[in-house]
Amino acid sequence: MFVQILFYAFSAILLAAALGVIASRNPVHSALSLVLAFFTSAALWLLIEVEFLAIVLVLVYVGAVMVLFLFVVMMLDVNIERVRGGFIRHAGLGLVVASLVAAQMIGVFWARNLGVDATLGAPPLPDDYSNTRALGEVLYTQYVYPFELAAVLLLVAIVAAITLTLRQRPGLKPQDVAKQVAVRREDRVRLVTGVDAAGTGPGADRDASPRGGEGA
Amino acid sequence: MTAILDLWAALPDVVRSTAWILIVTVAVILSVAFTTLWERKVIGWMQLRKGPNRVGSIFGLLPGIFQPFADVIKLLLKEVVLPSAANKWLFRVAPAITLIPAFAAWAVMPLDPALVIADIDAGLLYVLSLTSVGVYGIILAGWATNSKYAFLGAMRSAAQIVAYEIAMGFALVGVVMAAGTLNLGDIVRAQEGGVSSWFFLWLFPLFVVYLIAGVAETNRAPFDVAEGESEIVAGFHVEYSGIAFALFFLAEYANMILISALTAVFFLGGWLSPFEGVLAADNALAQPGFHWLFLKLFFFLTCFMWYRATFPRYRYDQIMRLGWKVLIPVTLVWIAVAAVMVHFRVGPWSAN
Amino acid sequence: MTPTPTLASLAPALPEIWLTVAACIVLLTDAFAGRSARRITPTLTLLLLALGAAAILVWGQVDQRVDLFSGMYTADPLATVLKLLSFLFTAVALLYSRHWLEARGLLKGEYYVLVLTALLGICVMVSAGSLLTLYIGVELLALSLYALVAFDRDSGIAAESAMKYFVLGAIASGCLLYGMSLVYGMTGSLLLGEIAVAVQGQGVAPSLGLMMGLVFVVVGVAFKFGAVPFHMWVPDVYHGAPSPTTLFIASAPKIASFALAYRLLAEGLAGVEPAWGQMITIVAVLSALIGNLIAIAQTNLKRMLAYSAIGNVGFILLGFVAGTERGYEAALFYTIAYVIMALGSFGVIVLAGRRGFEADELDHYKGLHSRDPLLAVLMMVMMFSTAGIPPFVGFWAKLQIFEALWASGHAPLVVFGAAVSVIGVFYYLRVVKLMYFDAPGDLPVPERHTGVRFTLAINAAAVVALGLFPQALLELCQRVLP
Repeated sequence: MFVQILFYAFSAILLAAALGVIASRNPVHSALSLVLAFFTSAALWLLIEVEFLAIVLVLVYVGAVMVLFLFVVMMLDVNIERVRGGFIRHAGLGLVVASLVAAQMIGVFWARNLGVDATLGAPPLPDDYSNTRALGEVLYTQYVYPFELAAVLLLVAIVAAITLTLRQRPGLKPQDVAKQVAVRREDRVRLVTGVDAAGTGPGADRDASPRGGEGA
Repeated sequence: MTAILDLWAALPDVVRSTAWILIVTVAVILSVAFTTLWERKVIGWMQLRKGPNRVGSIFGLLPGIFQPFADVIKLLLKEVVLPSAANKWLFRVAPAITLIPAFAAWAVMPLDPALVIADIDAGLLYVLSLTSVGVYGIILAGWATNSKYAFLGAMRSAAQIVAYEIAMGFALVGVVMAAGTLNLGDIVRAQEGGVSSWFFLWLFPLFVVYLIAGVAETNRAPFDVAEGESEIVAGFHVEYSGIAFALFFLAEYANMILISALTAVFFLGGWLSPFEGVLAADNALAQPGFHWLFLKLFFFLTCFMWYRATFPRYRYDQIMRLGWKVLIPVTLVWIAVAAVMVHFRVGPWSAN
Repeated sequence: MTPTPTLASLAPALPEIWLTVAACIVLLTDAFAGRSARRITPTLTLLLLALGAAAILVWGQVDQRVDLFSGMYTADPLATVLKLLSFLFTAVALLYSRHWLEARGLLKGEYYVLVLTALLGICVMVSAGSLLTLYIGVELLALSLYALVAFDRDSGIAAESAMKYFVLGAIASGCLLYGMSLVYGMTGSLLLGEIAVAVQGQGVAPSLGLMMGLVFVVVGVAFKFGAVPFHMWVPDVYHGAPSPTTLFIASAPKIASFALAYRLLAEGLAGVEPAWGQMITIVAVLSALIGNLIAIAQTNLKRMLAYSAIGNVGFILLGFVAGTERGYEAALFYTIAYVIMALGSFGVIVLAGRRGFEADELDHYKGLHSRDPLLAVLMMVMMFSTAGIPPFVGFWAKLQIFEALWASGHAPLVVFGAAVSVIGVFYYLRVVKLMYFDAPGDLPVPERHTGVRFTLAINAAAVVALGLFPQALLELCQRVLP
């Protein structure tokens, strides 16, 4: 009963947040609604005891992806009114497509109950059952091939992103940290002897730097 | 006394958990209060000053001991100024978003061999995800303030935290590989057997990376570009005053304590005694307990202050360089080394 | 629990393993070789491809179907042949591209790495045993191609076409994924073998959910093929991308498209062939018609060949329409023949230009004969062959398709195909006319790189040889398809 109440509460929040993503006037609010949606999805997953996925969802999407997303949205300062200009015009078509998609999804779940009734929570699992271990075991045995391929996909994404963004621009004067660290005291500082406070002593002419020499 | 213990044991789980949550929360808040005092004292000594010594004393000892309370009362009584162009709702909610993860992470912290509020399997991931959520408060505060300085601070913070989270996560991958579990209590138990079994010896590069990343994650000097008072005034909390500012302050120090405790748990055997195996097993000093965790935590906490007193602030691009080009490669290499050590049962893994 | 795979049992997966390692080697070599990387990387890549192909021939061959990785990986003679051909076509494309890239300052190691990962994606699709791996293969290929199209960062048109390709490709991936999820929902499995069992006997009228899934899957496949009405990206991408990238896109990825359609439709969803057959018919007919018609109106050779590609994809899909063994054999034959011809014709485009002069407008080919007789001859062979004029291989390819259609009772489609082919002849021959009968004006003379031109000549020789003796390739197609 308690689990059921939680389920419906989280589901309601999730739906509201999802609506907020598309209905907010401010893109930052949309992004924040998406964060809320991720959080509540994670909570729903916790209800069926898939703690690993739930926490990783928060860790990866909320903790990293959405931070960068917010970063971009805040920097770009999108003029949302212009983007939303065609909203009413296309609303009818959008509604039709949305209801079609919804009908299909319902149809699929109608035809094949996937064996989980999320509203009731998961059946109790044995005490020594570890969701993380179970997931790791199938990931590295049964699904090792797609898993490794997904890793290659990420590598390609990195290579592609770097290829398209990194280029040598002329006129840059970046620091060479290795050189900076390798500097010794003798390279920069010279001990000047025999100079009195005014810099006019006998040693001044001999040891002063060129610029100082000009000044004198 | 036994009557009280019996009563305690008879209480339902929910009540006991709630009580523990309250106790830990209050303890953290009090620790934060005295951490601020300790910080001012330590830095004072390092700079040949006395630090706060005016407010209160206990029978003439510990002058300045009540300074934190004076500060809190002052902040509570001040007006919270709400900038007129700010996004009011987010402006108010941001401090809370920063604060909640800093406290929530304590739920899985193994305080002593028997005591942990929530003993969950994926505890390490839980901690990692919560510390990563804390950045939202900073970003939102910076954005909602609607001021250039605040926004700059928020942007810096976002980029910095994402960068250092990767290094931090990789460092913890090494810990997970060494311990074979994600449960924080079990990670501590995996380090049983004296100082030589603690992970900081075997995962030393990861330990260093974690410590540095921890400093960066908490936005503390020398990684405090998000505040950067000499360039962007006070960064994301430039417009916060009174209790709203105090909440950010509280979150920062709570995070420091949290990172110190986590470092102790991951690398220094948490509650385990350093004399385990050296002294006889029935010696009081060889017994594990909360006091060891506290000592280790206190050490790292003091290190935080030491860094602040010692290092000048990093420039933004230097931070990025250090995070991406130094720390991450170091962790990647050492994860490979750790894998080899675990596989061939070198060092503390030779037993099992 | 699946048994732990041994090293020997992984031998059929050698191509993918080899390519992953090769991509990493190239990436690292390029990063650490410094200035000499420019000389090392292209040669190293070709060497690795050659070694990989040799290794597949020695260790990676299978006599019959072998399922690896819990059925997610399928190794069969078809996969081996398609992979070897992809290796070969990729190597040839890279060989043609090198001087073009060098002359324009684009010779970077990443180009070769991305081509290798694209090839990996192709191999993954060719060997896909489940919807999951199929989709990852599609994405691996697509992601590499997006970057390759945008590779010339200073070119506005390349950036534009990459953007279009990316957005439309993402929609296509979404459609494919949505269709796959519906198919999974209705059949309860991601493995193509189990899906085939589940949909068996559903025939013309599958359940509504499966039908919906089919629609989206076919849309996704048509998008990846570049078939009408999901062809909008093809002309822009072919035109906007750097010529070597166009050359590559026109070659090995077509093999992947064939594999995608074959594994998904002919193997996994064979049970509902009548259902998707109708959709493919529409797509195929529209592609053949519109591709060949609009090609006439083009003034840019790359754009014209793009529409020609759409038209040829229509013919490949007509082989699927037949729905018989014969049809799939014909489609495979057509795909291989088309890729060989595309390599040749785009190879000429790559070689006919020089720094500061892209030979991509039709007018740039005026009088090519007097400037560079060899290139003109090679281009003529390619054009004749693509037009389907005997005795070149393109003729046999079309003939195979027609025979298969005829045998399966699609006589009207044969008539339609023949009519469309005749339309096609017009614009192919126009290129020949420009090269031989128009005055060259003051167009520049192409640079001459002997080795590459020799390879191109062999390419053309293959078109002629396969046209004169198509039997070997035909038998290969018949042998590898069960």
